[in-house]
Amino acid sequence: MLLYTIKRLLALIPTLLAASVLVFLFIHLIPGDPAAILLGDTATPEDVAALTREMGLDEPIWKQYALWLGNVLQGDLGTSVFFREPVLSVIGDGAETSILLATMTMFWIVLFGIPIGILSATKHGTWVDQMTSGGAMLFASVPTFWLGLYLILIFSVGLGWFPSSGFPSISDDGGLTNLRYLILPSLTLAAPNAALIIRLVRASMLDVSREDHVRTARAKGLHPAKVAIKHVFRNALIAVAAAFGFTFAALVSEAVVTETVFSLPGIGRLVVQSILRRDYPVIQGVILVIVVLYMIINLLVDLAYARLDPRVSLK
Amino acid sequence: MALLEVKDLEIAVAAGGALLPVVRGVSFSVDENETLGIVGESGCGKSLTSLAIMGLLEGSQLRLTGGSISFDGRELNSLSPNERRAIMGDQMAMIFQEPMTSLNPVYRIGDQIVETIRQHRDMSKRQASDRAVELLDLVRIPEPARRIDSFPHQMSGGQRQRVMIAMALACDPKLLIADEPTTALDVTVQKEVLDLMADLQTRMGTAIVLISHDLGVIAETCDKVAVMYRGKIVEAASAAALFANISHPYTRGLLNSIPVVDHDVEWLEAIPGRVPTIDETLPGCAFHPRCSMAEIRCSAEDPAPHDVATGHTVRCHFAGKGTV
Repeated sequence: MLLYTIKRLLALIPTLLAASVLVFLFIHLIPGDPAAILLGDTATPEDVAALTREMGLDEPIWKQYALWLGNVLQGDLGTSVFFREPVLSVIGDGAETSILLATMTMFWIVLFGIPIGILSATKHGTWVDQMTSGGAMLFASVPTFWLGLYLILIFSVGLGWFPSSGFPSISDDGGLTNLRYLILPSLTLAAPNAALIIRLVRASMLDVSREDHVRTARAKGLHPAKVAIKHVFRNALIAVAAAFGFTFAALVSEAVVTETVFSLPGIGRLVVQSILRRDYPVIQGVILVIVVLYMIINLLVDLAYARLDPRVSLK
Repeated sequence: MALLEVKDLEIAVAAGGALLPVVRGVSFSVDENETLGIVGESGCGKSLTSLAIMGLLEGSQLRLTGGSISFDGRELNSLSPNERRAIMGDQMAMIFQEPMTSLNPVYRIGDQIVETIRQHRDMSKRQASDRAVELLDLVRIPEPARRIDSFPHQMSGGQRQRVMIAMALACDPKLLIADEPTTALDVTVQKEVLDLMADLQTRMGTAIVLISHDLGVIAETCDKVAVMYRGKIVEAASAAALFANISHPYTRGLLNSIPVVDHDVEWLEAIPGRVPTIDETLPGCAFHPRCSMAEIRCSAEDPAPHDVATGHTVRCHFAGKGTV
């Protein structure tokens, strides 16, 4: 297990290199001169040329890449063109919001997805199942921005229960109660993913419940609830765990939209704004961080998979 | 009074609002220390009968539509689900056809045996685990103390079936139902498993209902035999009486289709045709389209049970009138 983990972590290196090349090339293909955008409409061509030189953008692209990579290896992701601050600290500023948002979202996904999925499977074919399956289908198909706007309309504007936008740090006044700013965004983000988990839990539990060993469990005289949880759900969990890796990927892209809708100072919104500002160093840095996170999450999913299914051996 | 008494058992499958009968008026009894063999082709209703006795029809398309099952003096169909579950796995246990898939792949076999024990006995984990080692030893799993920590995928089919037997015996059941326990196993392993069951029966006095499509297996292990065809028992007798005087053409057909090793045969005899599907309506004797002796009467009139000797009942118009 330890050896496997080390191997997988080493395998991160070539993947990251490939990802960094792709990211570097992609953003240089986007039309628009960062120096011109930064200086605005009133800038003279001389000013633009000077800034271009200062930012090193007049060098050949391979040289720019080599320079950037060299710095990254030393832990320096460069300096934001827009904020004039190190990229790491720019990302760090957004990290609190995004990490808290992701954690709360995962909490909702597990809280709603798994119990409702189990309920739907055990009440298979009844009105309970039809209601939950129908609801899951609805939430899986609703676009995130639409749901976000409606939640704001109902719970912020209408009922006034939760704030509609922004997020003061939990280290500011209010402390943990500031988390209420993240309730609507995390629910928005959780809805389609929880719906997916509901459907997946239901489908894999129904699959497992037709297996022979479940009949054996019933023949032992176990209570149906015990059969459902200990035998059926426990086996269904193997398929569900695999899905959490994909869920994370979905969260990253949906967070971009959600953070924009709720004006949250998170990494998702940072990416969008950085692209509009042609702030190359920030875009490269954020994407690199996301790639690393994504790979680590998938490694964790694989490790969990091996823990859940004794037939899987990690080599 | 017999330990298990099944009377006029009727099972139907719910299909599109209609109930199609699959087991019709099956009756038999089993005493302590006795083995009843139920034999027939696939689809004759033998497995459904065993699932009905065990109480495992619930949650499927199958419905118990009539008859009674009395076990140890209690009518099982009148018990509450809780009372029923208290018997399942304790006084009555079952072994299934598919040893490869009948154990839960994510739990150690020891834990699966312990689960059965602790469901019905007030034992600590430690005690139950010791008992599991004993049981594995009883079913002749080598190094049982080490093997209780194995996962099912680390064992062979024969070993898994032994584990299933150990699990079934965990609470010293009065009745053991074995549904094709050896069908999925190699011939050599088959023999070992059957011997093991016979041995355990002599030690513990367990009653056994053995379901098989193999008349050879039945002949070797059973005291009583019931031959089923299309949901009905067509011939029933003690094993000795049945094999001495086979009286139903279907039983004869089953016996003839067993290859004889020391004879040089070119053709393996088979019963022509197939078992009619459940939605086919068939007037007269259900076997008549496949029967070499069938006459006009057979296609019109369903034969009533007829005693050819004491305790030897046959459903055939020709029963007792010459050899089949």
